[in-house]
Amino acid sequence: MNGAETILEALEREGVKHIFGVPGGANMPIYDAMYSRPGIKHFLMRHEQGAGHAAEGYAISSGRTGVAFATSGPGALNMVTSLADAMMDSVPLVAITGQVPRSAVGTDAFQESDVTGVTMPVTKHNYLLQDVEDIPRIIKEAFIIAANGRPGPVLIDVPKDVQLDEFSGSFDVEPRIPGFKPTTKGHPRQIQKALDALTGARKPVLLVGGGAQDASEALRRFAEKTGMPVITTLKGMGVLPGTHPQVIGMPGMHGTVTANLAIQQADLIMAVGMRFDDRITGNLQKFAPNVKTIIHVDIDPAEIGKVVEASVPIVGDAGWVMAQLAREAPQLQLEAWWEQIRAWQKENPLPEPRGDELTSIDVVRAFWQATQGQAYVSTGVGQHQMFAAIYWKTMLPRGFVTSGGLGTMGYGLPASIGVQVAHPDKTVINFDGDGSLQMTLQELATLVKYNLPVKVLVFNNGYLGMVRQWQDLFNDKRYAEIQLYESNPNFALLAEAFGMRGVVIEKKEQLKKAVDETLEHPGPVLVDLRIPKEEAVFPMIPAGGSADDIITQHPEEAGS
Amino acid sequence: MRHLVSVLVEDHPRVLTRITALFARRGFNIESLAVGKTHVSGLSRISIVVLGDDRTIEQVEKQLNKLVEVIKVTDHREPHVEREMALVKVHTEGVEDRLQIKEIVEAFRARAVDVARKSAVYEVTGSPGKIEGFIEGLEPYGVLEVMRSGAIAMSRGESVLKPRMKKEAV
Repeated sequence: MNGAETILEALEREGVKHIFGVPGGANMPIYDAMYSRPGIKHFLMRHEQGAGHAAEGYAISSGRTGVAFATSGPGALNMVTSLADAMMDSVPLVAITGQVPRSAVGTDAFQESDVTGVTMPVTKHNYLLQDVEDIPRIIKEAFIIAANGRPGPVLIDVPKDVQLDEFSGSFDVEPRIPGFKPTTKGHPRQIQKALDALTGARKPVLLVGGGAQDASEALRRFAEKTGMPVITTLKGMGVLPGTHPQVIGMPGMHGTVTANLAIQQADLIMAVGMRFDDRITGNLQKFAPNVKTIIHVDIDPAEIGKVVEASVPIVGDAGWVMAQLAREAPQLQLEAWWEQIRAWQKENPLPEPRGDELTSIDVVRAFWQATQGQAYVSTGVGQHQMFAAIYWKTMLPRGFVTSGGLGTMGYGLPASIGVQVAHPDKTVINFDGDGSLQMTLQELATLVKYNLPVKVLVFNNGYLGMVRQWQDLFNDKRYAEIQLYESNPNFALLAEAFGMRGVVIEKKEQLKKAVDETLEHPGPVLVDLRIPKEEAVFPMIPAGGSADDIITQHPEEAGS
Repeated sequence: MRHLVSVLVEDHPRVLTRITALFARRGFNIESLAVGKTHVSGLSRISIVVLGDDRTIEQVEKQLNKLVEVIKVTDHREPHVEREMALVKVHTEGVEDRLQIKEIVEAFRARAVDVARKSAVYEVTGSPGKIEGFIEGLEPYGVLEVMRSGAIAMSRGESVLKPRMKKEAV
């Protein structure tokens, strides 16, 4: 058995069933070994960034570690963005990249680059595999590191000659990572402290992030027992169903007015698996000025105290900690608090579309109505992403797959591929923008190749819409370099050219029929949705602002 | 504020790069850094002098702990000994100068490790403050070259920086 076969054997032993990748000179032995190994299904992507995002979509939507392959040099470097994305959003990923032969390392060989060096800051850990006998141990370690503690990407760089070396060792090896000891069980004393603090709370909020995606059940029990209002971050959506009566929306820059006001008024914040990102806190000095107690549950001790001071830090796995807390949780007296929250909700409904034009809000709602939220969603980055986050009530845990921390345009389409592979029988919708889609649109070919029935919805306003919104509001309408419309392709025809169905929707009246036809179509579909360029996402707190600065409608409409 | 942090690491290629890159990326300030092997094979120990407030140092410790090859981190707040070594090359032209230099060398318990016609190299060990004092004292005669090792530290008493014995299940 050579090194390449050893790698595949070790991956199979880790339970890997699907891999996303692109072959090239330096990883050809691995692909050669794959040729005669039916146990692993490989998806040939059109770009290594796509392979990384597909592995992310797979991991986020299923909870299983995603695996991506790339060759040396340009192949691996193309994947850097997806690794960084996975690092920011704590996605368990194992990337295996080919490297030039050991004798050529350091000589500026063809397609050589220092991949372990380049990816050091964007991976949780990485390896340069120097000895064929180390393969089983290092792959075992990589999967442990990727999935345990705060998840993240691990890269293994494998020189080509190591892939060809003869392996004579055993797969029954122990990992050797003495420095890797994540704390999973929260300290009982801290848990008691949290319970004590909760008892006195009159205006508590529960802030739920992506780290709680596996804590859904315990978190729900805790929330329902205490009666606390629940605010789900962009990455925390679906932990509780979006229609749950205690869920009051998303916090931060494009969060609901109610969620933001609740944080500003709260006397206690209980944060679970979230890291107080600047898109959530805005101006830190003005964030949650009335809070007396912050209970911060996170598996990564470095996140506790990084941005806000936690009065009750609990380091541990959200599921484990929440299960403990749920058991003892007090029922809180929150009638007055809920009365206030319901009043805010009544005073500050989400913006409604006006006029006869087809709007992004109409589209998100129509697809939700038709599926009742029983679909997995991926998104690109920009206005359409925020419309989806606000108006798509996520019903499935791990059901909203989006690039949060890194904000990677082009994420949606390749991520949707991984989601559909992980959930072959579920509806997968990719909400995308005309700008975002064009950053990775070659992956339409991958949809076609594997007949993955993803519904690609292009919110086409002919602009880099979020930049346009900022230029409109903050740069005196100086619309610099955001015009895509003059040279956008005809997306429906483009889809047809790739061999999939393409549809154009220009009017609101066409929407209902198009939604039904799209969802009923057994293969991939691209829908080019012509939406107005003037659309802007509200509510909005300008960058660096606080809830006091919230804008709920366009200043020019405010007077009318 | 100045903190002295000791880090026990696995002796792997690039582990030092990982640590210095982490400091650079997170904007932590390194004043000095010293690294060497320990008596345990496969383990190295790094001493880092970091400037920052308590919150920064807390992040330094936590971020270092996240590196897989970092076994243990300690910020020396407890009673500890701190030492640094320096080699200082001084211009020694006249006889009078040499006598005066000898006086300084004795006062700082330094010693000559190389004596040439026009210069001498002195070795001095102590706290960073003492080393600075020594160099300052020699300035008037013409300091030609200075090499400092960076501070190293160790707790006083029984306390030992070692891997945790009980391995928690991951």
